[in-house]
Amino acid sequence: MDGFAHQIIAGIATGGIYASVALAIVMIYQATHHVNFAQGEMATLSTFIAWSMVNAGMPYWVAFFGTILVSFIIGVLVERLLMRPVANAPVLTHVGVFIGLLLIVGNMTGWIFGYTTKVFPTPFTSDQPLFGGLVSAHELGSTAVTLTVLILVWAFFRFTKLGLAMRAAAYNPRSSRLVGIRVGWMLALGWGLAAAIGAVAGMMVAPVVFLDPTMMLGILLYAFAGALLGGIDNPMGAVLGGFAVGVLENLAGAYVVGTELKLTVALAIIIGVLVVRPSGLFGRVVFSRV
Amino acid sequence: MLNRRQLLAASAASLAVPAIARAQDTPGVTATEIRIGNTMPYSGPASAYGVIGRSHEAFFRMVNEQGGIAGRKINFITYDDGYSPPKTVEQTRRLIEQDRVAFLFNTLGTPTNSAIVRYVNQRKVPHIFLSTGADKWGHYQETPWTIGWQPSYRTEAQIYMKHLLEQRPNAKIGLLFQNDDFGKDYVIGVRDVLGARYDQMVRAVSHEVTDPTVDSQVVSLQNAGCDVMVTATTPKFAAQTIRRVHDVGWRPAFHYLTNVSISVGTVMEPAGPEKGVGIITSAYLKDPTDPAWDNDAGMNEWRDFMRRYIPNGDMKDGSYPFAFGIAQTLMHTLKQCEGNFSRESIMRQVASLKDFIPATLIPGIKVNTSPTNFHPIRQMQLQRWTGSTWQRFGNVIEGANV
Repeated sequence: MDGFAHQIIAGIATGGIYASVALAIVMIYQATHHVNFAQGEMATLSTFIAWSMVNAGMPYWVAFFGTILVSFIIGVLVERLLMRPVANAPVLTHVGVFIGLLLIVGNMTGWIFGYTTKVFPTPFTSDQPLFGGLVSAHELGSTAVTLTVLILVWAFFRFTKLGLAMRAAAYNPRSSRLVGIRVGWMLALGWGLAAAIGAVAGMMVAPVVFLDPTMMLGILLYAFAGALLGGIDNPMGAVLGGFAVGVLENLAGAYVVGTELKLTVALAIIIGVLVVRPSGLFGRVVFSRV
Repeated sequence: MLNRRQLLAASAASLAVPAIARAQDTPGVTATEIRIGNTMPYSGPASAYGVIGRSHEAFFRMVNEQGGIAGRKINFITYDDGYSPPKTVEQTRRLIEQDRVAFLFNTLGTPTNSAIVRYVNQRKVPHIFLSTGADKWGHYQETPWTIGWQPSYRTEAQIYMKHLLEQRPNAKIGLLFQNDDFGKDYVIGVRDVLGARYDQMVRAVSHEVTDPTVDSQVVSLQNAGCDVMVTATTPKFAAQTIRRVHDVGWRPAFHYLTNVSISVGTVMEPAGPEKGVGIITSAYLKDPTDPAWDNDAGMNEWRDFMRRYIPNGDMKDGSYPFAFGIAQTLMHTLKQCEGNFSRESIMRQVASLKDFIPATLIPGIKVNTSPTNFHPIRQMQLQRWTGSTWQRFGNVIEGANV
């Protein structure tokens, strides 16, 4: 029984990682109605930028917010330079660009920073072991950060005019243009915000799994499962979905399917959700007239 | 067009050539040179190992300056495979079919060598002293043209178990392994020594390289009541394991760690150096940073080589003594060939090394091969993490006979 409880706590701690990345996935989906496959690699690159800043002697929080700003700019540039020319191309073209971006950013990160594992600092420390050492102070702190980002994102889309305009631009570009929304810039802004949230996720994940160019590879799949489970258009749902996937994965790995099939659990969740309830547990069911 | 008489004459002539001269027909061997082929990850994720290839180039330059081998200079051709198996295949075909090398030496990596092992064995090209610790390079029945050099992961696991059974015969062992050839070699090695008691003594859990963390696995092993831990995984996960085992307050009586993951910079420091105190691993090479070897004759020989031929090389990088030891083993083998460099002759000598001692191996460890032993190094010494460095202890231990 003790072991069972421990697996759940460890699962929640890992789930926090998935939740933060799932949030970034939802962000880009909200803003562009696409899932960016290069999200993980872009977040890793951002984390390396933060690592360089910290190593150059900057205080943690300066590096933290500096990285968010730099990542935002990178995100906007990617949209302006890479996505804009293919804006009216079929979806498959976009997928091609995303995969190309994934390879280029991933390999570039390795080329610049090397492939050896690096330590990434955390601002959250504690002398006391928490929950019997199963949860580190950092994991607790990063969950708080994820929840803060969640509230900010929710408030942004819910209460600001800009947020409303962004949602409109993603949902119905033509009508939005007619009412005076600059759709192109809304998309660029969405990319920037997604890259910024990805950077936060990367900086929260790196102290736990250690920093290397492939850091996000596995995480992105689990996060995707979390985002789908909670509803790809619902930030709150995505965060809950991330935690749920962390716990489910641990319990299934320890008691049901064995550790070899843990990743399969995530893939099964993806397929299961798409078949049974495509909008996710908390997603809005969208009908469109054809 | 040949007529029948010319054909007969030609074949008679080829039969009449004495055996020693026939060796000259070996691709890559002429009266003045021996061509040796190699692939290395000079770029890509494993590019840190590229220095091994650079070291070999310098080593053979030294050999050539000293007159070469049996009157021939060594022409060492090394290509970058980026640690990518498809590229290894491409470069290996280029080495064998275009450059026509006599044999392949010290090609690096388990996945990369796995991609070419069938091809080189079909072509009957010696594929010798590989830079990888997989146990399968010792399978002389299936791949008679392939042989490793360093102790295999399986041998290493046997050595840990031999030590453990002496210290704690009734241990309950938690074994965390990466679910691939590398990790599974350790499971086999542990089973070799424990035999029928394996099921009762060992709780083994695997992890995939795609797993973000191994927390769940560590929790499982702790809750299974294990008092000994064996960690057979790559550096990132090893660092996670050391940290988590410590943080959950689990203090195994012994914690054995694969020597793949003992780098101070990429494992022990990230995990937190104080969290790994007492962890046991193994070594077979003299560590260039260990002051015990400051006046060691073998290491002085190596330092001398470094000063003269690789003046800019990092004297703390353990890859250099490794490369030096392998290159010495190759030269010893080629000397034993006594001028007969046919591929068969080379393999015969590869499989008849007796108590050879490369300068950079820990004293007491010897290179031995035979037609039924394709594991050149089967001995190691244990070492323990003190919080700042690895400290060797006890005698050299030999792997189990299976």
